[in-house]
Amino acid sequence: MGLLSDPQCRRALARLVLRLNTPLCVLSYLSGITWFLLLPPLAPRTYLSENAMGSTMVGEGSDLGPRALALAREFGGHKRKAGGMPVQWLEQTMFQLGLEVHRQPFARTLPFPDEAHERYLVRGTNVFGVLRAPRSASTEALLLLVPCSEGSKNNQAVGLLLALASYCRGQIYWAKDLIFLVTEHDLVGTQAWLEAYHDVNLTDISSGGLPGRAGAIQAALALELSTDVVTSVDVAVEGLNGQLPNLDLLNLFHSFCQKNGLLCTFQGKLPPPEGPSGPGYTQSLRTLGLMVLGQAGGGPGGAHGLFLRFRIEALTLRGINSFRQHKFDLGALGRTLEGMFRKLNNLLERLHQSYFLYLLPSLSRFVSIGSYAPVLALLLLTPRGFLYLVPPVLVSGAAGTALYLLPVRGQAVATQHFPVGEAEAVVLTLIGIYVAGMALPHSTHRALSGGGQRGWMSLKLVALLALALLLTCLALLNFSLGFLLGVTLVPPAAAVRPGGNRLPLAVLLVLTTPGVTLFLAVLVERELLEAPAGLGEAWQRYLGALGQGLLQEHLHGAHLSPLLALGAYPCWLLLWNVLFWK
Amino acid sequence: MAALLLLLLLAAAGPGPGRADAERERRDALQEELLLSPLPTGDVAATFQFRTRWDADLQRGSVSHYRLFPKALGRLVAALGVRELHLALTQGFWRTRYWGQPPLQAPAGAELWVWFQPTVTDVDKAWKELSNILSGIFCASLNFIDSTNTVIPTASFKPLGLANGTDHHLLRYAVLPREVVCTENLTPWKKLLPCGSKAGLAVLLKAERLFHSSYHSQAVHIRPICRDASCLAVSWELRQTLTVVFDFFSSGQGKKDWSLFKMFSRTLTDSCPLASQSKVYVDISPKNKSFPQEKELLEVSPPPTSVHEAVVQGDKKTYAVYDLLSPSLFNTSRSLNVQLKWKRPQDSSEMPIPTLHAQRYVGGYGLQTGEICTLIYNTHPYRAFPVILLETVPWYLRLYVHTLTIITKGKENKPSYIHYQPAQDRRRPHLLEMLIQLPANSVTKITIQFERALLKWTEYPPDPNHGFYVGSSVLSALVPSVTAMKDMDVEQSPLFTSLFPSSDGSSYFVRLYTEPLLVNLPTPDFSMPYNVICLTCTVVAVCYGSFYNLLTRTFHVEEPSRGGLAKRLANVIRKFRGVPPL
Repeated sequence: MGLLSDPQCRRALARLVLRLNTPLCVLSYLSGITWFLLLPPLAPRTYLSENAMGSTMVGEGSDLGPRALALAREFGGHKRKAGGMPVQWLEQTMFQLGLEVHRQPFARTLPFPDEAHERYLVRGTNVFGVLRAPRSASTEALLLLVPCSEGSKNNQAVGLLLALASYCRGQIYWAKDLIFLVTEHDLVGTQAWLEAYHDVNLTDISSGGLPGRAGAIQAALALELSTDVVTSVDVAVEGLNGQLPNLDLLNLFHSFCQKNGLLCTFQGKLPPPEGPSGPGYTQSLRTLGLMVLGQAGGGPGGAHGLFLRFRIEALTLRGINSFRQHKFDLGALGRTLEGMFRKLNNLLERLHQSYFLYLLPSLSRFVSIGSYAPVLALLLLTPRGFLYLVPPVLVSGAAGTALYLLPVRGQAVATQHFPVGEAEAVVLTLIGIYVAGMALPHSTHRALSGGGQRGWMSLKLVALLALALLLTCLALLNFSLGFLLGVTLVPPAAAVRPGGNRLPLAVLLVLTTPGVTLFLAVLVERELLEAPAGLGEAWQRYLGALGQGLLQEHLHGAHLSPLLALGAYPCWLLLWNVLFWK
Repeated sequence: MAALLLLLLLAAAGPGPGRADAERERRDALQEELLLSPLPTGDVAATFQFRTRWDADLQRGSVSHYRLFPKALGRLVAALGVRELHLALTQGFWRTRYWGQPPLQAPAGAELWVWFQPTVTDVDKAWKELSNILSGIFCASLNFIDSTNTVIPTASFKPLGLANGTDHHLLRYAVLPREVVCTENLTPWKKLLPCGSKAGLAVLLKAERLFHSSYHSQAVHIRPICRDASCLAVSWELRQTLTVVFDFFSSGQGKKDWSLFKMFSRTLTDSCPLASQSKVYVDISPKNKSFPQEKELLEVSPPPTSVHEAVVQGDKKTYAVYDLLSPSLFNTSRSLNVQLKWKRPQDSSEMPIPTLHAQRYVGGYGLQTGEICTLIYNTHPYRAFPVILLETVPWYLRLYVHTLTIITKGKENKPSYIHYQPAQDRRRPHLLEMLIQLPANSVTKITIQFERALLKWTEYPPDPNHGFYVGSSVLSALVPSVTAMKDMDVEQSPLFTSLFPSSDGSSYFVRLYTEPLLVNLPTPDFSMPYNVICLTCTVVAVCYGSFYNLLTRTFHVEEPSRGGLAKRLANVIRKFRGVPPL
């Protein structure tokens, strides 16, 4: 402290910092990146924190395989006959299994047609059966969710759900109610059910109320079996807006996988080989990278993603056919589900012991917030008369608002005047406004009178402050998104200045604009999945991702698109303004 | 008051303590009764009622010799000035929607309500003392009843026995929803029976079977009643009731046949020698009233002693009666094992819906606010009736009374009577009582928003992440009956019909309890990370504060001043002279 209170020392210190500013910035940025790259090998092993789940061993006695297959076939037949979800049959079957059965119709008009799923006006029915726990007052519940998808994709999952319900009905040890839910139209149905259960209306879904409830849901599992031949189970954790379930739920799944000999993968990747090795490191880094990309995307990684907002810990288990030799029957998966439900049934409290903020380089290792937080801190350390600044700030903000509002609002106008579909119109408007924003400096500099040298500096200061604020908030809410934006936006933000040779800087800035970052992210994701995409395919995926991003905001209340449109994009425009300052 | 005094005088004029034993025997009587009723879902409810009636006035204090009436309770009534006492310990929840109207429902957990004599001066003290003594007698946590969970309802709980004047300040009501009921509560309850569990119907009360059920509720009701039709003297009545619901789905592989042995793993061999009446009633009324021939569907064996027809809760019921006191019953076989067989499997999923039922849940998400929603259904086709709703909410949920909305059929429904007593932090709960008119064939939705309080850290119970319970709300209503009832002689009718007074032939009294709620409050993480966060925040705050202070302050080097007083004097003089100071 004496260093700072002595004026001479202070002046010397300031001079030193100023002189070494550039090397310090570079050093800090590089050490941030290095730290991130070092995360996988230094990650500790996961462990079960919750005593109620750890010490009590449960035996799984079910053999659901044949029963599940029979029910799945029957379900498939009725589904084909009904040409959709066989509501009647499901209700009757669940009733015969001894559950309390309810249905919930819902309807939702999307803001613009969803081309990926080919739907616009969604109308469906959710069916759920409640197994009432004996001698409990329905204050707590566990939930098993199976989306009833198009075609025969998820039939086996429905069969397994029914078989499991039938088995659990005969057991006496339940202390929490079990809800068996079959939703129609995937996430839209799930969202409708969750909103009705909590009696809120977040998105504009119109649905009938729920005639039966079972108290506070403690945990939920979503099951998707996309093929009839299941060779491995992939687990998805990323939820809406980058929320993650409690790590203990994942640990529980992992321990039962090991117990029942299931081959489980994370982000589609097998567990990397143990011990320090080159390939092991690459694989962990790939898994970590995929998780960061998935979390930064902010979309729900499965039906479970929508539960996290309601403080229900949830996971999605996906049975996939990865064309390996080892194939397991539904019985093993059934035993895993049974075991997980039994252990969750033993819980006295909500899952709260373990981590909520983590990154996973593999299923058995985790990076806690304490390890990854310094990365963003290091990145953020890097960079660092006002009335005449109001116009550019306002204009950038307005551009962001336009970017946020216009595409969906203006789709009707666009489809009238141009020969494009509604979904296309939305995406193209989005890109159009985005690119048009880049012309702003030419129109705004006339409004700016004077300022000169100090002018662009203060504008840059405002831009940097806004960026720092944005990234700091993101670091707490969604580390992955904050990290990606930080890595891309920080160097140009630090380097940008008017005058001199503008071209390289302009190229750098364009490359790091959020829109281009998204495009690059699409490329990198394909690369990490070891299925690289060509430019054309990537462009198509990019357009799809834009549309999906907008849809997710309206369907589930995802925050990514408003955040980019109202936060990152205006911030970037300010920097762009700085570059073309006259 | 005067009438009561008159009664007391009359009672005093009766036979004194020195009379013959034979007369005393005539003055107290025990009636025992078991009602077995198959529920619409296929479960079976067994209701035991033991009624001890004593033609003596406990309040007089002259009673010293107890025969059938338990001394512990009798002394309690006399010592604390209790006029009426109702205690229920329940594990589970009676599902009115599926099981129909219960003979006597109780909320999950422990419920105690007591009317005191007008002579009691300090009711709160007597209440505290009473709950502590009862806690000892029944091994229940009734000693946790204090001012934070005790309320004084104004309209919901009227005395069930003989009373003149209903000054509700003599009433206390409390519910402990977290109470867990187990064998340790059953044993003292059984010990109050004159025959213990040695003979009579009480033989069936085997804890192992009673707690292997869907619902278990045991209760004690003490009240003064008229000694005879002229009602000139007071008798005291003790009713011990126990209701169990057996789930025959899980244990019987879908077969709904049952027998006494299957339920209790015992059979009846004799009646209690002290009992003056000992009967088993089996409800054999046809399920579907439009097809009376369905009576043929079920078959009870052995053939009943008689068949009794009665109108219970607005429904015509047929009972097969087995009188254990009739010698013919045990002639053929030594034990009585009542069996019921269905001749045809029941496959109808059409279940009769009770006229009045309700559902309650917590709406909203997040840890700041929430909403308590109560749905009350009136399924009567053409009759509207009023219902009194009693809502008790702990103080840590801060109700916003202005958000109270009552909506029926899309329109606002104004309650004709409202009594609201706001909570005081750490002292008393919210009490909300309303009289609401339910139109025919309607659903009434009552919502009220609340804010979750942040407790002091010592106020959290163990396992705070489990959540906090909000007790059941109470619905009391006079439900219009579909079938006309005729007034029956109370002494002759089955016991289960006679606790609640029926006002007239056209309606019957129903008291319903809704589900208890489990609400999560914002809970700090009582673990190491919590301490770490506290410590880090403190360190950061201290560091940041001092750094910020140092960085923003500008320092000036101040020349050490030479000459103290002299210099100042000189400067004053110089100022007068108009010369610059030294």
